[in-house]
Amino acid sequence: MDLELGPEDEEFRQETRTWLASHVPAEPLPSLETAKGFAAHREWERELYGGRWSAVTWPEEYGGRGASLLRWLLFEEEYYAARAPGRVSQNGISLLAPTLFAHGTDEQVARVLPPMARGQTIWAQAWSEPGAGSDLAALRSSAVRTDGGWLLRGHKTWSSRAAFADRAFGLFRSHPGADRPHHGLTYLMFDLAAPGVTVRPIGRLDGKPAFAELRLDDVFVPDADVIGEPGQGWQVAMSTAGNERGLTLRSPGRFTAAAGRLAALWRATADPADTALRDRVADALIGARAYQLSAYAGVARLTEGGTPGAGASLTKVFWSELDIALHETALDLLGPRGELADAAPEAPDHGSWADGWVFALAGPVYAGTNEIQRDIIAERLLGLPKGRR
Amino acid sequence: MRFLLDAEQAEFGRTLGRMLAAADTPAAVRAWGAGDSGPGRAAWRRLAGAGVFGLAVPEKHEGAGLLPIELVVSFVELGRHAVPGPLAETVAAAVLLDRLGDADGLADTWLPAIAAGDAMVSYADLSRGPYALDAATADVTLLVDGDTLRASGGNGPVQPSVDPVRRLTRCAAGAVLASGPAVRAAAAQAADTARLLTAAQALGVGRRLLDDTVAYVKQRTQFGVAIGSFQAVKHRLADVLLALELAEPLVYGAAVELAGASQAGVAGSADATGVGIAMAKVAAGEAAYTAARAALQLHGALGYTDELDLSLWIRKARALRGAWGTPAECRARILPGPASAGAQIFHE
Repeated sequence: MDLELGPEDEEFRQETRTWLASHVPAEPLPSLETAKGFAAHREWERELYGGRWSAVTWPEEYGGRGASLLRWLLFEEEYYAARAPGRVSQNGISLLAPTLFAHGTDEQVARVLPPMARGQTIWAQAWSEPGAGSDLAALRSSAVRTDGGWLLRGHKTWSSRAAFADRAFGLFRSHPGADRPHHGLTYLMFDLAAPGVTVRPIGRLDGKPAFAELRLDDVFVPDADVIGEPGQGWQVAMSTAGNERGLTLRSPGRFTAAAGRLAALWRATADPADTALRDRVADALIGARAYQLSAYAGVARLTEGGTPGAGASLTKVFWSELDIALHETALDLLGPRGELADAAPEAPDHGSWADGWVFALAGPVYAGTNEIQRDIIAERLLGLPKGRR
Repeated sequence: MRFLLDAEQAEFGRTLGRMLAAADTPAAVRAWGAGDSGPGRAAWRRLAGAGVFGLAVPEKHEGAGLLPIELVVSFVELGRHAVPGPLAETVAAAVLLDRLGDADGLADTWLPAIAAGDAMVSYADLSRGPYALDAATADVTLLVDGDTLRASGGNGPVQPSVDPVRRLTRCAAGAVLASGPAVRAAAAQAADTARLLTAAQALGVGRRLLDDTVAYVKQRTQFGVAIGSFQAVKHRLADVLLALELAEPLVYGAAVELAGASQAGVAGSADATGVGIAMAKVAAGEAAYTAARAALQLHGALGYTDELDLSLWIRKARALRGAWGTPAECRARILPGPASAGAQIFHE
């Protein structure tokens, strides 16, 4: 049992650090949840791809480096410590790509992944519906068989970044006669600019169009864009659901970087007599370190053949609550300036704390609410009996 | 990097766990609390036989070398089985005597006896509080006061703890055994080690409380169903598991750092090691206490009884939360002050 990086891993870390130091924009990009910011972040993805940093764990033929999970953790630590821009390609890289690696055809992988790595195609997730949130299997949007493909009909919502994204992936009811709600679903990819798609942006809590609803009116999807077998969509989706909840969506590097900045803010602004605030800063540091070490243990387990399984639910609850606590503490440290939004010219640190706080508030909701995660923890990790939700 | 116990370390923990499960530690705990240390002493000797105390003693004094990771593995099991006695204190005394060197033959006298299980040592650092744990039972009591190390000159009356197995006493100052700045430095290392092992014990206490409570809510029925099927019950236990699962890597991470610092022969606990230990203590102490509260609540009135052995762990969780470093003290170690050049934990 050790915590020492081997020389090659250390070299990888140094290479990451050096590249970021000479490429990360000096001024933060405009918010990723605006049209202008989205375009700027897309440009940044292209630059990352140029250095082969956009998807380090992918095989080289698709634009990656074939990096180990440990190196991915190191990359993320360096990335966020360098204050590099948020990842507009996140949904594609951390959610769709693992699904394609597990269930896609060679043709799909070769066609979809390289433009994703270049930032040329940005992906949105189309899962939730007005009547299907935590109870995802209640979804009603349908895929109807047609010549050479499927016609999508229905209403998807809370689709992150769909206001500006190029394509989406989601689950649709293709076999309406199936005996159980999560049977007879199909996992499909479709174009957000296709005829029949209407995208209506929805403002998040701070008004930025961070997500959208999608109206689908006989949108044609060719057979080539079905992932896995038609009717097997639930199994396809759930086999990689841990990716969304666990490590890959919000890596420890985000939190170690934010906790470091919080400690710096505390050193710069704190009243030493205010031990209540000090304790909250200390707890943020403890939480970030705990997540970092837990991830080191997790990648060791995965490397030796383990699976993330329901452990991803523990991780998701932990990081989402840590994120809120950390940002709330920063805003409290900032005092009267804490309420300045990122649009305010005098907002501290370009409003990153206020923006981070709004973003963090969504964490316990998306990717499966924390209530659902706690059910999963209790039933699958502790073995408690199923009951009514 | 491979941040996982190796097969031998994991097997060592399982072996100790099996041994302690067979030793009826709840009965030993109740006897110990009533002043009969016989069964507790027997458990102590078995632990020594399994090599636990030798993990705190260097090879030249007939131990296995200071092995913090294996010590943490052991102390998780000691907590899980609520083993009585001055466990962290005996290890801390061993660290202190080893760091002091062979002056006046103290190390030569006591370290082999500690390794063999023949010396149960109570140890108090008076800068932290006036009480020595189990001094009335221990074979020797060592007291550090600033830069002076003394033997106890006699015990005051037992001051019962909320955890009845923890028998606290004040001790009169006895003969000076050593003095000077080396004592202070060695005592700081001893206190860090005791803090880490108390965190490990707390982790084991929390695991036990969770296991027993999960078993209970699966079989206890109300309204015609197992109470473990209710969401309010599930979520509370999910939070306990979450706290324990995230405290555990902090405890092992601090052990790895301490092992590195010991091997490198770093004089004085490296600042970063002390910070890591403080983090582990806060997280494990809070996790165990969260587990205790949930265990009591979910057992209902039964959980409030002395009769149920669960009470042994519920009360221990409270005592360990403060022992060798309160949450506030540990957080202050992590962030000593805005102006302090204290260790930067992450890039700032």
